[in-house]
Amino acid sequence: MSGINFLSPMLLWALLLLPVLWWLLRAVPPAPIRAKFPGILLLLGLKDKETTPDRTPWWLLALRILALAAAIIGFAGPVLNPTDTQGSAKNLVILMDASWASADNWRKRQAKLTEVLRSADQDNRPTVMFKMSDRPQSLVRPNFVAPKVYLQQVNGLTPSPWRPDFASWISYLSAQDTDFDTVWFSDGLDTPERSDLHNTLQSKGRVSVYEDENPVVALNPPHVKDGNMMATVQRSWANAALDVSANAIGPDPNGVSQTLGSATVQFSPGETQAELVFDMPSELRNRVKSVVLAGQRSAGTVVVTGDTVQRRKVALISAADQQEAADLMSDVFYLRKALVPTAEVIETDLKTTLLANPDVMIFVDVGKLSETETRDVTKWVANGGLLVRFAGPRLAASQIGLQAEHPLLPVRLRAGGRSIGGAMSWGAPKKLRDFVEGTTFHGLKIPDEVTINSQVVAQPDPNLAKRVVATLQDGTPLVTQKSAGNGRVVLFHVTANAEWSNLPLSGLFVQMLERLAVSTAGNLEDIQDLGGLIWKPEEMIDAFGIIRDVSDRSGVEGTVLASRALSADLPPGVYSNAGRKAALNVLAKDDILVKANWPTGAIVLSLEKSAQRFLKPYFIIMALGLMLLDIFASLWLSGKLSRRFAGQVAVIALALTFTHPNQSVAQSDDALSNLINNTVLGYVKTGNTKVDKTAHAGLLGLSAELFRRTSVEPITPVGVDIEQDELSIFPFLYWPISDHQTSPSDSAVDKLNRFLRSGGMILFDTRDAHLSSGISGGTPNGRMLQKIAARLEIPPLEPVPDDHVLTRSFYLLQEFPGRHAGSSVWIEAAPADATKIEGTPFRNLNDGVTPVVIGGNDWASAWAIDKNGRYMYPVGRGQAGDQQREYAQRFGVNLIMYVLTGNYKSDQVHIPALLDRLGQ
Amino acid sequence: MTRTPDILALKTRHDAEHLAQGFDALLAEAHQLTASISHGAHGRRRSGAGEEFWQYRMAVETDAVRDIDWRRSARSDDHFVRQHEWQNTQSVHLWVDRGASMLFRSQETLPMKAQRAAVLGLAIGILLAKGGEKVGLTDLDDPPRQGLAQVEKMAVALAHTFPDHEFSTPARKEMKQGQKAVYISDFLGEWDEIFESLSYAANQNVNGYLVQILDSVEEDFPFRGRTVLFSMNEGHKFETLRAQSLRDEYREKLAERKAALQQLSQKTGWRYICHQTGEPASIPLIWLYQALGGHT
Repeated sequence: MSGINFLSPMLLWALLLLPVLWWLLRAVPPAPIRAKFPGILLLLGLKDKETTPDRTPWWLLALRILALAAAIIGFAGPVLNPTDTQGSAKNLVILMDASWASADNWRKRQAKLTEVLRSADQDNRPTVMFKMSDRPQSLVRPNFVAPKVYLQQVNGLTPSPWRPDFASWISYLSAQDTDFDTVWFSDGLDTPERSDLHNTLQSKGRVSVYEDENPVVALNPPHVKDGNMMATVQRSWANAALDVSANAIGPDPNGVSQTLGSATVQFSPGETQAELVFDMPSELRNRVKSVVLAGQRSAGTVVVTGDTVQRRKVALISAADQQEAADLMSDVFYLRKALVPTAEVIETDLKTTLLANPDVMIFVDVGKLSETETRDVTKWVANGGLLVRFAGPRLAASQIGLQAEHPLLPVRLRAGGRSIGGAMSWGAPKKLRDFVEGTTFHGLKIPDEVTINSQVVAQPDPNLAKRVVATLQDGTPLVTQKSAGNGRVVLFHVTANAEWSNLPLSGLFVQMLERLAVSTAGNLEDIQDLGGLIWKPEEMIDAFGIIRDVSDRSGVEGTVLASRALSADLPPGVYSNAGRKAALNVLAKDDILVKANWPTGAIVLSLEKSAQRFLKPYFIIMALGLMLLDIFASLWLSGKLSRRFAGQVAVIALALTFTHPNQSVAQSDDALSNLINNTVLGYVKTGNTKVDKTAHAGLLGLSAELFRRTSVEPITPVGVDIEQDELSIFPFLYWPISDHQTSPSDSAVDKLNRFLRSGGMILFDTRDAHLSSGISGGTPNGRMLQKIAARLEIPPLEPVPDDHVLTRSFYLLQEFPGRHAGSSVWIEAAPADATKIEGTPFRNLNDGVTPVVIGGNDWASAWAIDKNGRYMYPVGRGQAGDQQREYAQRFGVNLIMYVLTGNYKSDQVHIPALLDRLGQ
Repeated sequence: MTRTPDILALKTRHDAEHLAQGFDALLAEAHQLTASISHGAHGRRRSGAGEEFWQYRMAVETDAVRDIDWRRSARSDDHFVRQHEWQNTQSVHLWVDRGASMLFRSQETLPMKAQRAAVLGLAIGILLAKGGEKVGLTDLDDPPRQGLAQVEKMAVALAHTFPDHEFSTPARKEMKQGQKAVYISDFLGEWDEIFESLSYAANQNVNGYLVQILDSVEEDFPFRGRTVLFSMNEGHKFETLRAQSLRDEYREKLAERKAALQQLSQKTGWRYICHQTGEPASIPLIWLYQALGGHT
């Protein structure tokens, strides 16, 4: 929709009056000149000879008509590229899908939402906003309030990494007895209930839907095929060709997350699916923890892999190498069948196997090993290897583990074994007893047909009970395991082929192997035995696709996990249980993105912002300007515009011309190259001359101190206009907050966020520590800071802990006074799991340098020097004051050192020296 | 004791000071103006009472014996009488219009008509006083007196204006024959009243001098378009839709007024000058001085 629309078009009829007005203005003489005139008596008795009065000059008339026309049009509320905002007084319900699919263009949605709320505010429509990814509170009636209330919340609104539960919203909204109009921010994906909800809403009032014009892009979980990792990229509907690239991310050998591989693919026009192929060696592939689409930010474009692409190296060691038996009789046939699809199977001799360092070794009926081999394998197990052994005639014959517990056997064995249900034995073949709760196999269903004919038998032993994992119905241990070092040794008391039991023929066998993490299937749909286990979330993906380690969430029932119904209780991420990792992604393996299908007649609007512009203020301003011009013209015509007034006119004209004054200083090319080639401290210009001057003088003082005391040699500090200037050339910005601060524009906010992300630091100074302690909303500056900070990507904060690098990056400091002392200084909170290294007073904090330092001590005033190098402001009284200033300067030096060297001082290397200094 | 007397006293003093200020300024301005004119004793060019010798003339019967100048008579057969030049003082009555119509100026740079009139009146007063003549104001009760003290008195009176009077007419005062009267005004009031007042003076056989002081606006009538004109006290109002069309008529009327004044002077042997405040004040002063001195 384009063109111009009017909010109150009826007013335009007033334009018809303009010709009448023209005639009237022409007919009515202009306002008389009033003057005193002593010679009036001579005039008395004189008659006007001409009856036509003096005319207002046509151009003045035109000016007035134009002014009036502008006013009429202005008040009629012209809207350029109008959206469908018909002035309605009905209650308004705003529904935000707020799912992961909305996250990529969340900013746009927020802007649109602001727009919608503003216009609702103009119309005074009671409004209620629902985030549909939250559950409806079915007992609470919608609380319609002034849209202003929601305007404040727009910036704090975040999407959730799951889809809304439409069904519950339908029942909630249809239960409301009031009528309302609806503005629905759809995420653009189809859901069966969507049209139902639309119908429900339409029965209540007008529904307009906002939807992005671009398709939603998302990634299916990767899978491994032909040794390559593949992942399908989808878009909800096909438009033009689109190149997408994806990065596979995982820890490098040092544990630092890195891009391990990348792949690019192009959507041809009209295609909704494309296959990404990651060509990377399996060692790298095994480390991949997530795959991320570049340039997108939504949970749909990030998949965590769990164990999906980690193909374990499983070594099958079988004693009966060159046996020429039929496959079905082979010791390893069933194992091979079970493992090959999900694991990398190595079948070679033990020595070579150990060199390959497999994750799992399966000894299939291996008897006695040599001393060296035993030692090597034991060592391997202790290092975290999983040794699974299957019994068999050889093991039974080898006589190991009879007298004492063998390191590579979980239990002692009795000589010989037992056969049940055979031709020469008593009883029927034994079945398995249900798995006891708390053991590895708990929850697996035991097929009826599984029977055991022969087994090796464990020697009763005090340790036996807790090592038993599975038993037969008569209580004989069938599977036993023990921990050894970091690894485990598991023994199946039966063979791996169908000789002693038909267990290997059953599905249970595969599941048991999975449970033992021998074979892995990270995709939930491939994991068949979720039930009965508690899965603990390890990593979570938020709606924007950021993966966070979580440690504080409680575990999830396997059945819940199996439902794969993402919700607040089951956010996407990685869930783990006993070494197995299940990846729960937004899209499952075969999910397909479908474009939202709206019923015919639905009003679907674009999210684009530029669409609607209210022209009213422009017209009114034009009318006012013309009227002002008219005043001066009339004055001039009546000869009242003497030279004295001419001065005032000039002043007004000047004032109108110079509303956009100075370009910024920082950014001419020469200056820029100078800034880039040197270290320079920057301060944010607040618009308050006094504050800016102080900030400049303060940074000048700090620069001088740095020059004097350290090897940092900054040049003269520079004031930065965050709207226009390039920020990336500054390592550090000082931002004194004053209540004159204008809120930064969106682009400035983006720029600041980029600055913060790319390692810049901003020191926010509310300068009012004497008024309040700490940063609070209690002071005007504090409130201003909150207003600004709300829009920046500022991490959780904490007061500077005693062991922070800031306290020892150059000087050893415990407090950070400026002109005021005593208020706490806030920095990015250390992660909760930062641990103290034994024996040192410092925690091993993460790598990041805090992007913000926030305080109110008015540091610039304490640092400030004039051009003669004298301090501009007093600090404290007497010697204590001098000391406070010294500490303020030391804080400045420490801060800049921290900015420039990061956590270098946090490096453990320095600890002995520091301890020495600290006298500990 | 109430405070009222104090306040009253204060107010009086304040007014007096205010008054004195105006009068000082007037006087200073007048003195400055007269400084350019050299003056001296002016004989009447007639025989009469005086110190200076005028002529000898043949004695006639009516002459007293003691009047005969025997030294001259001895030189001839006839008797001669020594006549002195007539050196009497003239009395000049001044009337300076201080009504509301005189409190007007069209531009800030111009003096008000009343100011120009007062300065002119005072200046001529000073000149006359220095010449030994008697000067006085027609609207004061006192007769004309000699000396600069009288000028100061006049200055005090002239500093006082009458903004309540829309147009003031020349004050009537009994004057003796042969005395002189100077009327300084814009003569824009009702003609009949002006004519009557002037005729009253003319009938007393005084020599009159009319100085008409006009502002350039009154001379030009530069108004255009729809105009509402007010008299100074807004007692009269005149509205026109096209002021420029009235300009010629107005100027005609003004010329008529001037002609009437001229005519009046001619009839009575008076003299008339029109002065614009935009011109230097010395022009009418010199004219007046010469006219009063009898030189034309």
